[in-house]
This record gives sequence, structure tokens and C-alpha cells, in this order.
Amino acid sequence: MTAILEVRNLSKSFRSLKAVDDISFAIPKGACFGLLGPNGAGKTTTIEMVEGITKPSSGEIYYRGKPRDSSFLEETGIQFQSTSLMDYLRTREVLALFARFYANSTPIEALIELCQLEDFLDTYATRLSGGQRQRLLLAVALINDPEILFLDEPTTGLDPQSRRHFWSLIRTIKARGKTVLLTTHYMEEAELLCDQLIIMDKGNIIAEGSPQSLLRQHFKDSYICLNREDLDDDLASLGSRVEVREDGIAIATSNVEKTLAELVALNINLRSLRVRNPSLDDLFLKLTGHHLRE
Amino acid sequence: MRRILALWMARNREYYRDKGSLFWSFIATPFIVIVLAVAFSSENEEIFRAGLLIDSASDRAYTHPFGEETAIGLVEYTDRQEALRRVQFHQLDILLTTQQPPRYWINTESAKGRLLEKLLLARQQTGTTLPPQPDWQKQEVSGKKIRYIDWAIPGILAMNMMFSGLWGIGYVIVRYRKNGVLKRLQATPLRAWEFLISQGLSRLGIMLAVTVIVFLICHLFIGFMMAGSYLLLLLIAIIGNLSIISISLLMATRTASEELANGLLNLISFPMLLLSELWFSLDDAPNWLQQLSQLLPLTHLVSAAREVMLEGAGIVQVAPQLLALVAMTAVFITLAGMLFRWHD
Repeated sequence: MTAILEVRNLSKSFRSLKAVDDISFAIPKGACFGLLGPNGAGKTTTIEMVEGITKPSSGEIYYRGKPRDSSFLEETGIQFQSTSLMDYLRTREVLALFARFYANSTPIEALIELCQLEDFLDTYATRLSGGQRQRLLLAVALINDPEILFLDEPTTGLDPQSRRHFWSLIRTIKARGKTVLLTTHYMEEAELLCDQLIIMDKGNIIAEGSPQSLLRQHFKDSYICLNREDLDDDLASLGSRVEVREDGIAIATSNVEKTLAELVALNINLRSLRVRNPSLDDLFLKLTGHHLRE
Repeated sequence: MRRILALWMARNREYYRDKGSLFWSFIATPFIVIVLAVAFSSENEEIFRAGLLIDSASDRAYTHPFGEETAIGLVEYTDRQEALRRVQFHQLDILLTTQQPPRYWINTESAKGRLLEKLLLARQQTGTTLPPQPDWQKQEVSGKKIRYIDWAIPGILAMNMMFSGLWGIGYVIVRYRKNGVLKRLQATPLRAWEFLISQGLSRLGIMLAVTVIVFLICHLFIGFMMAGSYLLLLLIAIIGNLSIISISLLMATRTASEELANGLLNLISFPMLLLSELWFSLDDAPNWLQQLSQLLPLTHLVSAAREVMLEGAGIVQVAPQLLALVAMTAVFITLAGMLFRWHD
């Protein structure tokens, strides 16, 4: 698999703060590549250096094996974490304006259909709802039919329905063979969309691989979860496998049947019992000692 | 070119859809200009200004013709033509000379000039001062009669241009930097100079339209003097506008806070408001202040417009001002292009 984009020894410091500390990664063509991490991990700084918006303190970035040149902006689509659009332009006019900036552009009608902008074509861009605005910004990012699409926390602040809607859009774009670089602090988003991801914390990469392989590599157990209030006595007999969390306790086990039999034998109220597989959040907790969203 | 045109169109569209700024430009501004013009046409200044023609700057052996009257300022002139021009343009209320024969000049259109004439002649008859007053001979300033409003109108129009140009372009760019619109544009193949040119041209068109409208309305209501070529005046307006726009672009190259932008724009506009001879001439101001005013584009804009409107000057006479404006524009634009940042 050839890398469409490669980053070597990338660092960025803001005065004394080292926002990104000597990271390297390569994005295969056609993949959806995720940067997962909590706020302040250095995801946005990293993606903006790759986009060419922020100048790295050191390190190299290669696009198709060469340093980026003027063709890079023609072939990439960018959606920032927070951008406004011009005050008094309507959705359709915004698309027409951005289409003029590129040598080649996608027909606007196709984008309107893809991103489902039909209902607010004549609305001023500043009056759109959060989900509508993100879809318009995605359409703007796709207007030059880019080879690689950069999405910086595209669903932050959206309601669950808009978020799911956005995810299905990204999957459609992926199916067309586009490469996507996505930052997120939602583990569901990373698990659902990303073929490969790196987990960042404090400017460093702490884990790297596909979501499934990362979980397989770090966890052999499933979790049996119970609400805290259903437990009146201590669970010492279950040993160190019990983790106490905000929402209850989680018992890690490689043999669900055996552990369940033990719990039944302890005569514990099991009405809140859930069995689940480890998630990326569990992985993050395991690696750093804190949650993704803190 | 395609990109510039697209952005230019977009910016124009934003402008005319913004009802607030549309109201401000086309209704409020002409209204304010007319109110100012009417207020100034009533000549309610309190200080009189007299000029004294002397042979050379060293020749100071004269008596104040108006005694110790402090309400009357006295300015010395050695150049008779220049001094007469000032009387004609209401910057001097009266011009006197003690050289033989003792004479005085007034603009008979000037109420203050006529008042000072009476005062001068009254002092002569009572003979209260020593040495005795000379036998003043009256002279009238030749040429077309010019009222104060004729002199003031180019300044008022220029002031309007300055405010519209400084705030209309720089402020928008600062806001777009703050809310990320510029960052979004940076992520496209659009180049900084293409962006700056499209914004500048859009503003230039809008300002010219507003200025022409205000000019016509004022002409209709006040009927001020227009001695020279309209085409030349338009050229002066275009170059003057560009110089103001380029200052505003320079201010907006890196600023990302509207509060700071507002402060900077005030810092730029106040010296021009006070020192560019919009309302009064700087003849009796200290020399360094006069030199300083030469660094302000508005000084040259107003001076060129006055020469064309009041004296019918041709392009050759106003060439120094035009060149100064072009040079300033070139410097500001170059600096703006070099210093421009899409985001902070």
C-alpha cells in the first residue's frame, strides 16, 4: 500500500509549550486515518501543519512522496474545527464562490445532492443550524474533488442525529476511494469510520494501528459491568480485575461464563448487568490513566 | 483574475445585503454632510484672522493694526499672490499692508471680512492709537467670489471618504480573520494579493458610488462651486480612495481583534481629521505640524480637490499631490502584501 501522505519527525512548539513532539506517521491512499485523543492532545496542531495552515517547528511532510507544492491545495479539501462563512452569502453562492478558486471543480448540483443541502440553498450561511453548517463546510471542502480530505473534529457540537448523518456522508465519500484524515475525541466515531488510527496524548503518539488490532493487542478480556448501588459488599473475591468507574464497576474477564457464575454465587443483584467488549476509551484509559473526554 | 472577480462579486453582494451599512452610506452620510455643510455655511467661527503683507520675514517693525485685540489673529505673509488666494478662499478675513500706499483687501462675500473692514476704518476715524493709523485704501479680491462652504465642501467629502474607506475595508478583514473566514480562504489556492485586490476594488467601487451621490446631493442643496474638470476630480477621488484603502489594508494585515482595529483606525483618522486642512488651514500652526500634515494622504487629496474645484486647476497643477498619493499608496500596498497573515 503506497502512502499518499507521510509525516516525519514533526514537532511544533508554542513558546515553552511543546504541542506536538516528534511524531511520524504515513497515510495509505484510500484509507480513513484517524487522530484520536482528548482536547489539547495536539490533534488540531498536527492536522493544521499537514494542511499547510500552521508552519511546523521541525519535521517533514511529503505528499505523494514529494514535499508539498502549489498543487497540494488544488488537490486537498479542508474542513476546520471552527470557521464561519461570509455574513451575507447564501449556501448556493458560497459554493459558487469557492468553486471559482480551483482550476477543477465538482459540479455544484452533485455536491448539493451528496451533502443534502437542498433545503437551505437560499439561506444565508450564517443562519444555518450546526448540522447544516457542517454539511455546507464539507461540501466546500469537497468542491475541488480532492484526493485527500482533512476533517478536524467535524461532529463536535452536533446532536446525535446530525452526527450519525455526517458519519454516513463520510462513509459515502470513503466508498469513492478518497483518502480521509480525521481528528476526533469521540471513540465511537474513530471505531466506526477509521481504518487506521493513531492515539495521541500530550503531543505524542501513544498507540497506532487499526481499531480492531489495537483492541486485540491490548485486551484479551471482555467487561462485565454493574451499577455501583447494586453492590453492598466488597468484591474482594473477584480480585484485581475489578475497576471502579464513575458509572459503576467493570470486571475484566477472559471467561465470561465463569465470572458470571462467580457473581451468581456471591448472590449479587444482577439487574444492571451488561457484558461489553473493550472500547478505545478503555484503551486510552489503560495507556494514560485518564479518559478521552476529561 | 477569475478568483478576484468571484471574490469582488461576493464582497459587493455582502455589502448591499447589509442593510445597516447601506443605510449608513447612502442615507445617513449625505444627511450628516449636509448638516455639516449648512452649519459651516453660516460662518459662526469666533476667531478672526488677519494677514499682514511684509517685505521679508525679518521686517517686523510694524504695529498691530488692530491693537491688542486678541480675538483677531495676525499671520505674516511675504507672498502677495498666496495671501490674496487665502482671502479669496476665506482662510484669511482681511489682508493688510503697511507698504506705501497702505491698503487692505477683503472678500466681499465674507461677513467677517466686512466686519473687520468696519473695525479697521472705525479705529482710523477715532484715531485712538499711536502712531496714527495710515490712510487705508480698500481693495477687493479679484476673481470669482468664493464662500466658506465652497472651501469647506472638498474637506467634508474627503472626510466622508476617509471614514468609509478606513472602517469599511479594514474592519471587515479583521472580523474575517477573527471568525476564521480568512483561514477557510487560505485553505484554497487563493493567494493573499488576489484577496486584497478584490477587497480593495470592491470598496473603491462602493466609495466612488457613495461619493458621487453625496457630491450630487450637496450640489443640489447647496450649489457649491465647481470650477475645474469633473473627470480630473474623479481621478483625484480614485487615487485618494486607493491611498486610504491601502492604509486600511495595512492596518488589517495582522490585527485579529476588532477592539484593537477600532483603536488603530482612530489613531489613523484623528490626525487626518485635524491636520489635513479639512476645516481650517494650518497657516498659523507650528512648522513641524505643517510638515507632519504632508505625510497624511488626506492632506494631498483635499488640497488637490480644492485646487480643481475652486481654481479650476488642471492635471499639471495637481500633479504633485497626485504623485504623493500614488507613492503613498504604493508603499502601503506593498507593505500590506508583505505583512499580510491569514490567521493569527
